[in-house]
Amino acid sequence: MSAVAKADRIAAGRLEPMAYAGNFADLHPPLSRHEAVVEAERCYFCYDAPCMTACPTAIDIPLFIRQIAGGQPVAAARTIFDQNILGGMCARVCPTETLCEQACVREAAEGKPVRIGLLQRHATDAQMATGRQPYQRAAASGRQVAVVGAGPAGLACAHRLALLGHAVTIFEARPKPGGLNEYGIAAYKTVDDFAAREVAFILGIGGITIETGRALGEGLDLAELRQRFDAVFLGVGLGAVNGLAIPGEDLAGVQDAVDYIAQLRQAENLASLPVGRQVVVIGGGMTAIDVAVQAKLLGAETVTLVYRRGPAEMNASRYEQELAQTKGVLIRHWARPARLVGEAGAVKAALFERTRLEAGQLTGTGETFELSADMVFKAVGQRFAAPALDGVALAHGRIAVDGERRTSLAGVWAGGDCVAGGQDLTVVAVEDGKRAAMSIHHQLQR
Amino acid sequence: MADLRSEFVGIKSPNPFWLASAPPTDKAYNVTRAFEQGWGGVVWKTLGLDPTIVNVNGPRYGALHGSDRRLLGFNNIELITDRPLQVNLDEIKAVKRAWPDRALVVSLMVPCEEACWSEILRQVEDTGADGVELNFGCPHGMSERGMGSAVGQVPDYIEMVARWCKQATRMPVIVKLTPNITDIRYPARAAKRGGADAVSLINTVSSIIAVDLDRMAPVPTVDGKGSHGGYCGPAVKPIALNMVAEIARDPETAGLPISGIGGITVWRDAAEFMALGAANVQVCTAAMAYGFKIVKEMIAGLELWLDEKGLERPAQIVGRAVPNVTDWQYLNLNYIAKARIDQSLCIQCGRCHIACEDTSHQAITAMKDGKRHFEVIDAECVGCNLCVSVCPVEDCITMAALPAGALDARTGQIVQPDYANWTTHPNNPQRVAAE
Repeated sequence: MSAVAKADRIAAGRLEPMAYAGNFADLHPPLSRHEAVVEAERCYFCYDAPCMTACPTAIDIPLFIRQIAGGQPVAAARTIFDQNILGGMCARVCPTETLCEQACVREAAEGKPVRIGLLQRHATDAQMATGRQPYQRAAASGRQVAVVGAGPAGLACAHRLALLGHAVTIFEARPKPGGLNEYGIAAYKTVDDFAAREVAFILGIGGITIETGRALGEGLDLAELRQRFDAVFLGVGLGAVNGLAIPGEDLAGVQDAVDYIAQLRQAENLASLPVGRQVVVIGGGMTAIDVAVQAKLLGAETVTLVYRRGPAEMNASRYEQELAQTKGVLIRHWARPARLVGEAGAVKAALFERTRLEAGQLTGTGETFELSADMVFKAVGQRFAAPALDGVALAHGRIAVDGERRTSLAGVWAGGDCVAGGQDLTVVAVEDGKRAAMSIHHQLQR
Repeated sequence: MADLRSEFVGIKSPNPFWLASAPPTDKAYNVTRAFEQGWGGVVWKTLGLDPTIVNVNGPRYGALHGSDRRLLGFNNIELITDRPLQVNLDEIKAVKRAWPDRALVVSLMVPCEEACWSEILRQVEDTGADGVELNFGCPHGMSERGMGSAVGQVPDYIEMVARWCKQATRMPVIVKLTPNITDIRYPARAAKRGGADAVSLINTVSSIIAVDLDRMAPVPTVDGKGSHGGYCGPAVKPIALNMVAEIARDPETAGLPISGIGGITVWRDAAEFMALGAANVQVCTAAMAYGFKIVKEMIAGLELWLDEKGLERPAQIVGRAVPNVTDWQYLNLNYIAKARIDQSLCIQCGRCHIACEDTSHQAITAMKDGKRHFEVIDAECVGCNLCVSVCPVEDCITMAALPAGALDARTGQIVQPDYANWTTHPNNPQRVAAE
């Protein structure tokens, strides 16, 4: 029996020491070689394939799957990386059920799409296992590009620029590169330190240096970067989380989900991470699901996720909702938080008001219910915390960019979650970085 | 319930499913297990003269795999039995005594000397076996020694040996033919001239099944070298069906009993061979891939199908498709078909479009009103059936014949009601005047 006193409301080490590894093991274990070939042979090699159209990075999915069927997963990886250098992480975290696998004609035909995500992982793992670099840089151009943010957008941009012969310096605010791949995302989706290994793989092309602990507005100045470098790419992410704006938000035990996930991802030992006994999660997106599931896996007795609208409106896919439910998370719809109730400065319950749609407007019904809680996670979305941007124009609260990911400032490009019109997906960030890199390259060639 | 009892050149068996002469029929142990599962008969693995041949001690088989390593084609470099003649003869006698209702035919291969054949036939007769099958088919190893397909490729030799055998024994003589010839009718005719009671075909097709790219040698590789083998399994069925049909419809061999062999795996395969003239069938590769129990599916399947057709005996379907096998020149050129895509079944894979667009007649759309949409363009469709062949959804694309009087949008001609073939076509320099 663990040393946790039953009465402790928030405590570390709720599980037997051996249980953590099992709980946080790979959500989707990799396919064996034979499994991969069998799965690959299910692919119809469609003409103008719908899966490829559905992929934000336009990976030639039928081609890479055919290369796996042909016994060459390393060749398949090259097809993937040509379009998406973070193909390994995307294979793990992409909501394939709403992207390529939803578009797969076998989904239409029989409700069983080709498991494209797992095949992509098979291929990219095979390449990384070789320990070799698939790419060789073009001759040095003598041009220097600054990339702000070492998340998926910045890394994708930097890799493509390095490939084309440019020298890249990445400025990253946090101690480690990787962005949300390193600090966000559920642990069971990226086991064995994959985020760090992928960064090493990307940097392996050469020509990219990273300076960590460098944040815009904190000693790093965009105007100065524009002077020192031939081009600047901003991939700074969102940076701020939305609050609930209800009484009790400052009580102990009330926490931002993104912070908790970051702690979890960086924890040396998961058994050292405190978790509540009765956990309430407020929100309906991927972060809400990720924190809810992980709280349960850390040993919380009950985890209730409350969302103000219905299942169809949740940003988390149906698949993610089912995953949470399978792991023991209770999802309650049509209720919004009204007040967090405290005792001796710590949260002890959350009060919710039921909601409904009235003429398309979400309204409270006045009817309330209370959930006991010793830990409450806020996961009601993130917003762009505009750092010192030297007058870059915004749209809808995020950086405005054109099709080539150019901002309103000459010589400054942007991509990833910090730009307007995105979907807050890793794969979209990669596409942004890639497009910006090509645009920068064309600009520098003039 | 249909009655599957079968009689082939006077040999009775409870069903028309025999195991072909091959590894599964090399020993009493295997044959007994086969009979326990319900096989109607066996052709015992080919006997030769002592001293026994020897086999390679490395790999004998190679495979062509389909999806999920499904065995589509199989290749072997095994020779005839490598057990002493007397051991085989004793076991044949014991098995026949224990299973009197099953067909037990003995395959033979000895040098082309009359004394060799008459001597071994005498010995086989003593076992009480029902008949013999002359192995003129094996394309590897034994053929290098003037036996097997080396005999089967020379019609005069076939006729000569068949005649010797018919003179030397009262047992029915079946001649097993090699497909490694140009025109299967010649060896079949020779067998008939020699007095053979029946032919069985096909034996295996000369083949190299794969190349090991690391060793740079054919598969199976024996100490760095490979030799061509004999190809069999589902992949050879189309070759076998054609050869069976050729013999069945050849006026010189019409009526000669045929035992059909080549890739038979399920009941439907057997029914197809029978429809083209085989009175019974022999199976090997499917048993080697899955074990003897597969015969249960074949028996139940053929019974059910005959019942559904209102038929009582397999004999009622033997040769039923032969009248419909004809030469190309007699095909009706006034028959006009167009592909039709059932939009309710279409899963939008686009395979029909790209196959037609890249490699055929540009007769299937990819887009309609700005949307992904696959539809046949009658003005381009020649009715070739490629789209039907590549479509992953059964019955999604079908071929529909245009009725007489309809307009063929491709040619601008009205479909004619009468039959007209190449022999009378104006473009045929050798045409005959239409009577």
